[in-house]
Amino acid sequence: MKPAVLTGEHFMTGDVACAEGALAAGCRFFAGYPITPATEIAEHMSHRLPDVGGTYIQMEDEIAAMAAVLGASCAGVKSMTATSGPGFSLMMENIGLGVCTETPCVVVNVQRAGPSTGLPTLGAQGDMMQARWGSHGHYEIIALAPASPQDIFYQTITAFNLSEKYRVPVLIMSDEVVGHLSERVVIPEPTAIRTFSRRRPKGRKDRFKPFCPGPDGVAPMADAGDGYRVHVTGLTHDERGYPVMTADCHAEMIARITGKIRRNLADIIRTESYRLDDADVAIVSYGVSSRSSMAAVDEARQEGIKVGLLRLITVWPFAEEAVAHLSRTVRALFTVEINLGQVHLEVERCAKGRVPCHLVGHAGGTVIAPERIVQAIKDHL
Amino acid sequence: MKKAKASPSHPLDALVRTERIPHIWCPGCGIGTAFSACLMALHTSGLDLDKTVMVSGIGCSGRAAGYTRLDSYHTTHGRAIPFATGMKLAKPELQVIVFSGDGDLFAIGGNHIIHAARRNIDLTVLCVNNLNYGMTGGQVAATTPTLAKTTTTPRGNPEQPFNLPLLVYAAGATYVARWTILHTRDLTQSVQEALHHKGFAFIEVLAPCPTGYGRRNKERPLDTLKLYQERTLIKNGANPAEAFLDFERGVVLGKFVEEQRPTCIEMYDRTCRLPDSAAG
Ligand SMILES: Cc1ncc(C[n+]2csc(CCOP(=O)(O)OP(=O)(O)O)c2C)c(N)n1
Ligand code: SF4
Ligand SMILES: [Mg+2]
Repeated sequence: MKPAVLTGEHFMTGDVACAEGALAAGCRFFAGYPITPATEIAEHMSHRLPDVGGTYIQMEDEIAAMAAVLGASCAGVKSMTATSGPGFSLMMENIGLGVCTETPCVVVNVQRAGPSTGLPTLGAQGDMMQARWGSHGHYEIIALAPASPQDIFYQTITAFNLSEKYRVPVLIMSDEVVGHLSERVVIPEPTAIRTFSRRRPKGRKDRFKPFCPGPDGVAPMADAGDGYRVHVTGLTHDERGYPVMTADCHAEMIARITGKIRRNLADIIRTESYRLDDADVAIVSYGVSSRSSMAAVDEARQEGIKVGLLRLITVWPFAEEAVAHLSRTVRALFTVEINLGQVHLEVERCAKGRVPCHLVGHAGGTVIAPERIVQAIKDHL
Repeated sequence: MKKAKASPSHPLDALVRTERIPHIWCPGCGIGTAFSACLMALHTSGLDLDKTVMVSGIGCSGRAAGYTRLDSYHTTHGRAIPFATGMKLAKPELQVIVFSGDGDLFAIGGNHIIHAARRNIDLTVLCVNNLNYGMTGGQVAATTPTLAKTTTTPRGNPEQPFNLPLLVYAAGATYVARWTILHTRDLTQSVQEALHHKGFAFIEVLAPCPTGYGRRNKERPLDTLKLYQERTLIKNGANPAEAFLDFERGVVLGKFVEEQRPTCIEMYDRTCRLPDSAAG
């Protein structure tokens, strides 16, 4: 066996750093299907997993990849897949199965510009709303947005930890620029990496109710083959996991799978503030666009405009309180994202008309230049 | 009543989630018989049932997982095989059975079954072929005979159905059999063999769907069973190319293929993993 954690200083792409983060988090199963700009994650996993006791498989399509990831996770192994827009669309039904059956797993979307085949080799952030509710039905999901190779290394670990803790698929909404950018990545000692694994059941196997939540709102999860003889279904089910086709049971189940997320927002939602303390104007951004935004903050301040940045690390569930708070303390909000207004809608919703909200975005294919952000701020002030 | 509670009334009760009975299957439906044969094979297989998993897709046949007292997973329509593939690869000591319908496994899931057969992944796949989509009310399937009437082919099916044994064999399956629910003893034995077979094992089980298919094709449940009795021929070792399903000409049953080929996991371990000595 080779070490799973490559402690040391490296120069690597975001895609490779994502794969290394997964291995450091304990991921030992990857099912994938090649797609630009996410292919390098699969390639790196195919090379690394068998040497650390894991398994890689290239499936026949992304539907199969997502299904295989759920099957592997139900067998007790931390599992991941990675894709881009077209594959993300194909994964949606089984992401919903993961939500409904509360199966931990991590799905990476290295976003490229869509719709359809779009711009395969050029980045965008156009799948953010699809990440929120791309599968049918009402549910909660967790989505993170990395801004650099170093960032995606840690966020992938966080993604696994959150997914294991809350038994929910966690989406990593990367993009082509972060995926293909090579930067310095420092990987710490294994002992400095905190990993979390799902709680397993204890006690009498014949009395175990696989969907009966503990005090934290999350049920312990039995691995296939552990003797609990669980039944797991994507039909609406009760605490035994048995289908019950009533509105009441459905309300209860949806309350359970949304409640475990909604009641733990403080633990799940991560944001970073940059020069916000005395800011008159705030930018809300995430992923690669938060880097453009950070540069814009510095530029604007050089010109005497007090701008700050709220960087969303967790995009879903949305940082409602942080944005609402900002809307009470600044004169204007600017959302910077590579689409024509997705997270921007959420910012507007949370600002509740207290301050003007502006979008700095475009359809995709390039990052947003800091000067454009500064100009937009000047134009609107 | 008390007596019945004290001792299980049926040897298979331990394998059934009896608290979920009554099941949803219609009177005269063939799925229950296929399911019992599968459970009987499991019961007598000598396998560690705590390490045996049943995976189903969606459909009347796909409800089987929900009635089985095993670790059982009722997944999405067509995706039982890739789900089972992930599970088997992640935990090879599991014995994984896929129990699902013809529409689930060969229409929406057709891509997955051919790739699973190609990989020779160690799964036991039972396909209940009732010639239509039972659950959604009897629409045409990839297995519906030409000219047969369904709710979406009211004037008859203009298309040709798949020959399932030939298809999986051509894709690489290493165990291929076909039985009807009238041939329960052969079927049970075949499931046992398939469970112990190393590699991708496929069994097609012909079963009546009186509600969806029979009604529209003037076949009462007994008529279908009569066809199974009178128009079938057991021919073990038959070339799967002879297995085209046409009751007018006669339908071949039997164990068509039993071959050895390294499994997906064996090949992965051999090809992709470092030999122990080189690891470090
Ligand atoms: C993605 C998707 N499409 C369609 C359906 C509706 N649907 C449910 S069962 C089924 C057909 C099942 O047919 P088969 O696998 O032959 O099972 P049977 O009911 O005949 O046993 C369909 C189309 C679904 N559940 N999911
Ligand atoms: S509809 Fe057909 S397949 Fe479904 S339970 Fe009824 S008879 Fe069986
Ligand atoms: Mg059918």
